[in-house]
Amino acid sequence: MTAFIIRRLCQSVVILALTSLIVFTGVYAIGDPIEILVPADASQAEIAQAVQSLGLDLPLHLQYLTFVGKALHGDLGNSFVFNQPAIQLILQRLPATLELAIVALLLALVVGLPLGLVAGLKPDSVLDRGIMTGSILGFSLPNFWQGIMLVLIFSVTLGWLPSTGRGPTGDILGVHTSLTSWDGIRHLILPALNLALFKIALIVRLTRSGVRETMSLDYVIFARAKGLRESRVIGMHVLKNIMIPIVTVLGMEFGSLIAFATVTETIFAWPGVGKLIIDSIMKLDRPVVVAYLLIVVTMFIVLNLLVDIIYSVLDPRVRMGAAE
Amino acid sequence: MNAPVQKKPRLSRDTTFGQAVYGVLDSRPATVAAIIFLMLSMAAILAPWIAPQNPYDLAAITILDGRMPPGSHGVYGDIYWAGTDAQGRDMLSAMMYGLRTSLSVGVLSGLFAMAVGTVLGLTAAYFGGRIDALIMRLVDLMLGFPTILVALMTLAILGQGLDKVILALVLVQWAYFARAVRATAVVERRKEYMEAALCLGLCHRRALFSQLLPNCIPPVIVIAMIQTANAIAAEATLSFLGIGLPVTEPSLGLLIANGYQQMMAGLYWISVFPGVLLLAVVFTMNIVGDRVREALNPRLQK
Repeated sequence: MTAFIIRRLCQSVVILALTSLIVFTGVYAIGDPIEILVPADASQAEIAQAVQSLGLDLPLHLQYLTFVGKALHGDLGNSFVFNQPAIQLILQRLPATLELAIVALLLALVVGLPLGLVAGLKPDSVLDRGIMTGSILGFSLPNFWQGIMLVLIFSVTLGWLPSTGRGPTGDILGVHTSLTSWDGIRHLILPALNLALFKIALIVRLTRSGVRETMSLDYVIFARAKGLRESRVIGMHVLKNIMIPIVTVLGMEFGSLIAFATVTETIFAWPGVGKLIIDSIMKLDRPVVVAYLLIVVTMFIVLNLLVDIIYSVLDPRVRMGAAE
Repeated sequence: MNAPVQKKPRLSRDTTFGQAVYGVLDSRPATVAAIIFLMLSMAAILAPWIAPQNPYDLAAITILDGRMPPGSHGVYGDIYWAGTDAQGRDMLSAMMYGLRTSLSVGVLSGLFAMAVGTVLGLTAAYFGGRIDALIMRLVDLMLGFPTILVALMTLAILGQGLDKVILALVLVQWAYFARAVRATAVVERRKEYMEAALCLGLCHRRALFSQLLPNCIPPVIVIAMIQTANAIAAEATLSFLGIGLPVTEPSLGLLIANGYQQMMAGLYWISVFPGVLLLAVVFTMNIVGDRVREALNPRLQK
């Protein structure tokens, strides 16, 4: 077990180092770093000073080491637009994105699991076909267009829910959240639904195929033969086993929720990191772009690591496979 | 190989292509989806000849006809079935041209990703060992990140443009092909015909491409359909965010983005119609792809 975790930890560090190398070469070596890192209206003296302070006269590998050294101290440069440390900007806006992602994930689970279960228990029924067609539709609906439709229906036409901004936030145990007031929740509903829809479709499919495969296995037939109630067979034997892949996928998907939040936040003007990164790309605010990419990639790697560890606890075969 | 009962003798169910075609024809929703998709593709391909106007020829559009709802008559008597945008551009024509761009991006990136992914997947399965481990580690790494993040990273570094969007999409999608091809090829690799091919002294290249490749086609077809649909949706998303295609190459995503600014004022059609078209294309491709996947999956065959 420990050996497995250490192995995965080493792999994660290697991947992180690789990503930082790609981001570094991408931003600092392919483009003209001066053009990228100095505002367009900089004077000759400022440019000369930037070359000096960025160490651009050094060989490339030394430049990379300096970049990593600074990054490890949390220094990823200052934003041109906001004139404050890029990393600070990201950390300020991360809670809004995390809130959105967590609510969307819960929504996906609460809606997707029962629907998938119903579809899987009665395969090829009208209900199953309806749910499955709905899930293909959920996959096909591009995220941004589905968001626009939510705005058109619930904000423009019906006028029930607000379409932009986060609304008032309050504190629960020191965490800023929209969940403290009704107005905050109203602002959260459309963005969370927008972000969750794709994941609902995914969980429906996973649950359905899991249920279908599990229902014909020996231990389920045996549980039935023992005379267990159907609800117990499904709750104890079927659900418990299909939860392993679902937990894995959910863990991985949480990261993708944060990435897809860029789209949702752009549509609903949600003040999170996703909107920040799109604005920064447009305004060529490269330090913020670099900081975002590095932070999000790190989050991904940590998430994947956690999922692998949880998986190996749930399913011993994973550990055995890794030990070979 | 024992031949299954054949209903029609013209196209054999034994071939991969025949299996796929009959798989679609056996299911009514998939058949309808395939017909709709083919009609939409024709409309896109023939757009320069059949569209009511060239929406990007400034001489053809009338600014006085701006913001007209669907079905209105323009000052020169044209009928705008899908309305017009703020510049007086016929939305129906704009959508046909937009679909043309969207489909080209989707198909091109799908083909490139297929080529790269298939070659790498085959190589991994054929040689095994370290090469296999290296390629598959790379695949796992790519699949660990969502499409949008990899595309964001690529476009943030390279800037916008048609070629850059295609590159970003290929970068994301080759891994799906590589994974599927390797999984099949690893099994095929151990079969007797491969042993025979190697005993005959075929060189690696011929063994790979003339023996192993043809037997790994079924998963490639399925992935290609699904990934092309994904590529179209991803390109639309990136263009909507303003970091994908430039305004000189208006895909469906850009049309939707332009319309979104007008939607709050009640001009719903500028955004909604291109969106419905995008949805129709992606949805029908997914339905057909899903059906082909079932038809080609040996585990699901009775």
